[in-house]
Order: sequence, then structure tokens, then C-alpha cells
Amino acid sequence: MQLSGATASQLLEAMDSGEMTAADIVRAHLDAIASLDESVGTFLSVDAEAALTQAAEVDRKRAAGEPLGPLAGLPVAVKDNICTRGRATTCASRMLENFVPPYDAHIVERLNSADAVIIGKTNLDEFAMGSSTENSALKVTRNPWNVDCTPGGSSGGSAAAVAAALAPLAIGSDTGGSIRQPASFCGVVGMKPTYGRVSRYGLVAFASSLDQIGPFANDVAGAALLLERLAGHDARDSTSVDCPVPAYSQSVDQPLEGLRVGVVQEYLGEGTDDDVRSAIETAIAVYRSQGAEIVDISLPHTKYAVATYYLIACSEASSNLARYDGIHYGHRAEQFESLVDLYAASREEGFGDEVKRRIMLGVYALSEGYSDQYYVKALKVRRLIRNDFDAAFQNVDVIVGPTFPTPAFRIGELVDDPLQMYLSDICTIGANLAGIPGISIPCGISASGLPIGLQLLAGPFEEEKLLRAARMFERETDWHTRRPSLSQ
Amino acid sequence: MEYTTVIGLEVHVQLLTKSKLFCGCENLFNPDNPNVQTCPVCLGLPGALPVMNREAFRLSLKTSLALNLQIAQSSKWDRKQYYYPDLPKAYQISQYDLPYSSEGCVEITVPSTGKTRRVGLFRAHLEEDAGKNIHDESGRGGDSQVDLNRCGTPLLEIVSKPDIRSAEEARVFLEELRLLLWYIEVSDCNMQEGSLRCDANVNLHVQHNGETVATPIVEIKNLNSFRGVEAALEYEIRQQAKKFEADPEGYRIGKVPKATHGWNADRGVTFEQRGKEEAADYRYFPDPDLCPVTVSDDEIAEIRATLCEFPASRRHRYVSKLGLSDDVAGVIIDQGRRYADYFEAVASECGDGKQAANWMTQDVQRELNERKVEITEFSIPAAVLGTLLKQIVAGEITVKSGREVFIVLLTEGDDGSELETSRVNEIIAEKGLKVEQDTGKIESIIDTVVTRNEKAAEDVRAGKLQAVGPLIGQVMRELKGADASAVRQMIIDRLTK
Ligand SMILES: [Zn+2]
Repeated sequence: MQLSGATASQLLEAMDSGEMTAADIVRAHLDAIASLDESVGTFLSVDAEAALTQAAEVDRKRAAGEPLGPLAGLPVAVKDNICTRGRATTCASRMLENFVPPYDAHIVERLNSADAVIIGKTNLDEFAMGSSTENSALKVTRNPWNVDCTPGGSSGGSAAAVAAALAPLAIGSDTGGSIRQPASFCGVVGMKPTYGRVSRYGLVAFASSLDQIGPFANDVAGAALLLERLAGHDARDSTSVDCPVPAYSQSVDQPLEGLRVGVVQEYLGEGTDDDVRSAIETAIAVYRSQGAEIVDISLPHTKYAVATYYLIACSEASSNLARYDGIHYGHRAEQFESLVDLYAASREEGFGDEVKRRIMLGVYALSEGYSDQYYVKALKVRRLIRNDFDAAFQNVDVIVGPTFPTPAFRIGELVDDPLQMYLSDICTIGANLAGIPGISIPCGISASGLPIGLQLLAGPFEEEKLLRAARMFERETDWHTRRPSLSQ
Repeated sequence: MEYTTVIGLEVHVQLLTKSKLFCGCENLFNPDNPNVQTCPVCLGLPGALPVMNREAFRLSLKTSLALNLQIAQSSKWDRKQYYYPDLPKAYQISQYDLPYSSEGCVEITVPSTGKTRRVGLFRAHLEEDAGKNIHDESGRGGDSQVDLNRCGTPLLEIVSKPDIRSAEEARVFLEELRLLLWYIEVSDCNMQEGSLRCDANVNLHVQHNGETVATPIVEIKNLNSFRGVEAALEYEIRQQAKKFEADPEGYRIGKVPKATHGWNADRGVTFEQRGKEEAADYRYFPDPDLCPVTVSDDEIAEIRATLCEFPASRRHRYVSKLGLSDDVAGVIIDQGRRYADYFEAVASECGDGKQAANWMTQDVQRELNERKVEITEFSIPAAVLGTLLKQIVAGEITVKSGREVFIVLLTEGDDGSELETSRVNEIIAEKGLKVEQDTGKIESIIDTVVTRNEKAAEDVRAGKLQAVGPLIGQVMRELKGADASAVRQMIIDRLTK
């Protein structure tokens, strides 16, 4: 059995049957990282020793007949903006390059108590700001399907790690498509849960009202299994919602009767790549062939979504990132004249261009005399966008469309055109503004040989429906089984 | 020069919660062990999130009820953003445009005029306190350090309207506010430890050539004693009057920017504080990490039920119902709620407020001072002291005997005995201190004593009343418990009639 590249369910089965040990599995993935990650660049840190120790502990428990957690022995890659106690958490920033948190994020506790093996911390756009992972101050991550292309972002490292078969499961964070878009670029499954479904405690904040942690996997069942473990109430996050977590992994294979599928005209507008458009049309046909009703719907405020998103996200970011001032932790400039100078120099040296750009935008939008015009107005439009979705979900169960208007772009292609990069977030950011769950699954390969992602959205806390609908497509197609040649 | 003084106060009060406002760290004044009461949340570490301490919010509600403030059904948290080393997140979680309470008042009685005045309140809101920067004051230019023990502790900001008309009124307002918050037990209001801090805004409305002209507003920051508030304002009022007289056209509001002053208590002067004159932009916005706070009528009713009688009302009752003087009532009230509770229990047991007040302000106070303890730690329970005083009030024992019993009770209590009220009569009996009521017995003792002291008796008969003293002493010694003045009268009657 080829361990690296196998799905989570296959690996669990192999361990259950005694065919493989957790140590075999972890070692196989560490070997894959050792041989492939040089060219892909997904991990910022890998602690092989800790991973093998953890795997050995899982094997010992199994041998001793002790109870095992639901993810026992499964390697999981974690985005490096999620705090791990005693282990560097850099946010791919010079600012936090040497920051070692004294505590674990809620989801890290959840993974540990599920006996998962955290195999490494993955690269991202600095502080999760970006759509290509090019904004990482520490490393370049490449798309495993074509190393001249970006893996998307900001969770590019996690998506590429799963695509390159360096981990069957990974964790990302999604503020404006940062899980779904790289999943789409890398041909893997990536899901953003409902806002409040997964605790943000220990996720380094970018935009607090939009950030949400979610799973990556190489199939829908893997995402269901991982989400089941991540989700649930945490008293340490005031925005975490206390509502029961369904057994997603148990129900994921059950198709939905009478599924009503909404197709949003605004998501297939100008600028949509032809290959993407035809892949989406084919996907819609797959649903129709399974008896789903296809309904054309409109989300009229979509045209304001990008502006609204960037105003809110940057405003919150400007405040969330103010704490990196060189005083208590993080990068401190060596040369400074005064306190103000210490702040300015530390931040000037510690942050990259994109982070500075967004902080300045946010500071401006919140400034006296401007905040009514920008920030406050953006909050009002956000409400209208949420209303659009509420109205749409009166008539449909899920909304389908492209995750991103194009397949992966080339490294450097959009670096000098941040606005174009922002505008392409049109399909993903609505879910963050409205707080609803979304998933991206592979639905095709472009003429240039790059994966295409199908995005499904559902109403708040409808993750179960979303996963089952995604699985309905997956079981009829084989896109999820395609692997880039890199890892074969 | 004729003018009206206009003062508004901004008071910061630290709440008496067990833990901080948004994390589980202990809320304790602990300057000797810096940075031990901290966690990822109050250190502002990446990824840490705040969770509101409902107890702090309940104490805030209690305060607002006591200050007659209207409580909002829903309020929210905002971030007030600025950079300072004692503020690790670079923002303070506070309440900006939707505070949890607004529009209230405090009634004060001004001693110099005897008048009662009502000072309006704009609002009260809850926020987290900052840490403390510690600078090297040796002059050797050592590093500055930051202690974050206080960072994130709950702080209530109470903002008065500009209704205060003199420095004295400002002091009285603050004293009354402190007493009220201390009585309802939301804060210890310890000014030395910074549990109560005050900023004052002051200017003058001057009658000038038939019109009213306002002087520029000066804010005096960080006043941390009652005397400081009064002295700083008196000084500032004099300064403003002088400046206006020197330049009545130029020294006016709008023509001179608002200034921020500090107060040097040692030199008795205010001084211009270094700092930006342009208004700081705090870029307030709603904190997305916290949910809005809602309050139900039930919760308000439940908290209202926990309120005690306020000090002003108690003071009034002590004068009107218990017959105390204003001064004595004030002295008892100022000792705090537990002390006043104790006094009331003693007064009600013995039935004589004045007698109880005398004992509280003299004997009890002396013993508390000597032991350096609070009334709650005093070893004689109020019911026991009340029982003792009842005996005195009823004439069953003399005041002198009462003191003797008091000392015995105190010794036994200090030794750890649980004193019961019955112990009072036991001690009186053991020591035979009960006043002798049998006049026949007293008369026969007087007869014996007179017979023994013919010389003295003769002197008394001759009108030298000072000679009666030794006779009284001897009679009292035989009797143990007796009313000395009654005995004196009986001897005189016996010898002169
Ligand atoms: Zn704390």
C-alpha cells in the first residue's frame, strides 16, 4: 500500500487491520516531506522526532488495548498561524519568526486529544494576508501541479502539503477564501465552517469577525472526519457557538433527496476562465443527473462584496496587528531613538509590504472623519450581503459555482497588481461576510493541466448538508483521485 | 471679578472581583511581585481571546443602580486604540458610544453652606485597566519596565456632568461617591492603591462687561487623594481668574487650546503636562471578539435586591431617629458599612443610640486602633456589647462597672472564646457589680460608715460637702455595685435632714 497519498479512511483502516502501524504511516509521510518538500516548500517547520514519538505512543496504546482517539496516528499539517505550545508559530512573518507560544490553540488541543500526529507547521501569506502564499516572508511555496504556479493562499502550505501527499489532512484558516481558494488551486478538498463552529482560540487573528479554522483533506470523507473533531463549543472564544456537532463522518455518504442547487449568476461573470466555466457547467449537470433541482438565483449585493470585505478585514487587521510593537514579544528593532521610534522601526522591519498596505488601509478606514464613510458603511453592506444569502437559502439547499474565476496563476504574475488579486476573491468572500459554511472540491483539470475547484455554500450550521452534497458529486467523479505527477 | 466655577469629574474605580475582566487571572494589588498575575489573554499574546467576566458586569450594574443611572438593555464593547508599553494589545477594551448605563445623579451635602445639591452623571461604563510602567528614577538611565499584574483588571469609569460649582463640592462629591461604592461593596476605593482615581475638568464662567465669558477648560489628571482634588482645583481656579484678569480678551475658551495639567501635591501647584495638544484619534470600533452584553429586567431586580441602605440615608436616620449629632453620625458612617452595621446592632439591642455611639467612638474605636483590626475582626459581638450597654442604660450597673465588664469580655474574646450575650450577666454576677437597689440595705451601710467616721460626718453636717467623698468611697466599697450619685445624695440627706 502506498501510504503517502492514501486517504484518512484508508490509513485508519490499514491501522485497524494491523496492516500498518502509526509509525509506518508517519515515517512514510516524513520521508515524502524529506524528498519532495525541497521543491514544493510547504512546511515552515517539521518536528520529525516529536511526530515519531507521538506515533509510537499511538501504537503502544493500540497494542495495550487502550482507547484511541478518532484521528489516531493520522498525520496532520497545521497552518503556522495556529499556536502550538513550545513550538514556533511564525505567521510567516519576520515579526514572529522567533515567537514560541506558551499555549496550544483550542484546535491543537483537540487534535492532540484525538491522537492525531501534528507533523509540521505550514507556510502561508504573512499573517494570512494574501491569495498566493507569495506574501510569506520566510519561504516560497509552489503548486505541486506546476511549480511555476502559486498554490493559492493564504493557506497555500496546507493545501500544497495535501496535494503533494505530504499529509492526508491539514488545517487552514479562511478569512476571505484562504482555505477554499488554495484547495481549488491544488486540487484538494478544503472547507470553511460556519463562523463560530470552530473555536478561534489560539488562531492568530487577522480579521476576527471573518476568520474561521477549517480542514483540508484529499477527499470529502477526510474533511468530514477532521471537521467533526475541530468543531464544538469552546468557552474561551466568546464567538464560539454552543450547538451540537453532528457525526459528519457517519452521514457523509448519504445522498440528499430532493436537493435544490442554486446557481449564482454573479459568480460566473466576466473574467471567468472558459475551462472553469465548462467544468462548473459539467458539475451542475452531475447534480441534475442525480435528481437535483437546479435553480438560478441572484445575490444582488455581490458587486459590493470585495470592497466591503477589504474595508472590514483591513480595519480589524489594523487593530489586531497593533500589538506587534516590539515591546513584549516579536521583532524589536536594534536601532531606535525614542519609544515612538522603537514602535515605528520594529514594525517597519517586521512587516512585509502587503501587511503594511492592509494596516494602512484599515487605519484610514477607522480614522475619525472617515469611519462613517468606510467602516460603518461596510458593516451596513455586510448586513445586506447576509440578507441576500438568507433569502437565497429560502429557495435552495446549496449554492454551487466556481471557487475562483481561474485556475492557479503563475508565481509573480499578480504581485504588482494587488487590486486584481483582491477582485478575484469575489466568489469566496461572501461566505465570510455572511458567516456561512463553504467547501471547495476538485471538479476538473484545465487545458494547462491545473486543477479547478467547485465551491458549494450552505446556510449557517449546515455543514452536514454541505458535506453530503459535496460527496454526491465526488462519488460520481474521479477528480479527487487525480494526483500531481510530482508525488507519483 | 464675579464668576461661576464649572467642574466636571471623571472617576475611575477598580472593581472588587476575584478575577480580571476578560481572563481568569487574579485581580489583586500586588506591586511587589510584578507580572505574576498574567496569562496569554492579558499579556495580549497572538491568538488569545477575551471572555467577559459576568461578575464584573454585575458589580457595574449594582453601581449604576446606586447612582440612579439608567441601564441599557444592550451594550457593546469597543476597542480604544493607542500605543503604550503598559497596553500590550495596543488597544483597551472599553465602551464608547453604547455604554451600559447613562443619566444618573449623586446627592451631596456641602458642609460650608449646609445645602444639599444634586450632581448629574453623564454615564458609567466598564473597561479594562492598563498595566503599569516602571521607570528608573535613580537618574542613571536604567531600562523602563512594565508590570502587567493590573492589566485587564475591571475598571469602572463614572463621568459627572459639569454640575460642580466649587473645589469643596468636588471633594464632597468624590467622598460621597467613594462612601457609596464602598458601602455597596463594589470597590474598596483605596486611593493609595489606586482603586479610586480622578481627573477633573475645570473652567470659569466670568461676568464681564454684561456678558458671560468662559475661560479655557483645563483637565487635571490623576488626582489620587480627596485633599489633592480640592487643593488642585482651588489652585487652578485662582490661576484661571488671574489669567482672565490679566487678559480678558485672549484668555477665553476657543482662543486657547484645552490644556492637560498634572498636580504636584508637595509644591501645591499644577503643571502643564507634556503631550500632544491635538485631540488623539483612538479609532474606536466594536470589538469583534466579544458579543454585545444584554441585561434582563429580572437580573436588574435581582441585583437591586442586594443593595443595602445608602450611607447618606443612614446618616440622616442616625440624626433624626437615633438623636446623634451630625458630626457623630458622620464619624460612624465614615468608618464603613460593617462598622455602621455593628453600631446599629448595638444601638438596637441597648435601645439608646447615643450610648451606643459613645461606646463606638470611644471604647470600641480605641481597642480597634490598638489592635489595628477592622470591626469585622473585633472580638466582642455586637449583640454582646448591646446587652452590656442595655444594663447600663437600665441603671442595672454603672458605666464604670460597664467598662470593667467590657475589659473582661475583650480579654475573653481575644483569647478565642465565643462570647454569648448571657456572659454579660455572668460577669456582672461574678464581680458583684449589680447596682444595689435595696435602699434599706444601703441605708444600714451608710449608718455603719457614718458611725465609723464621726469627724467627717460632723464636717458634712457643718456644710463642708467635700467631706462626703471619703464616705461615698467607703459605702461603695461595701456595696460593690451602686450608683455613686444616688449614694452621695442619700448620705447628704441622712446627715443634713
Ligand atoms: Zn490574564
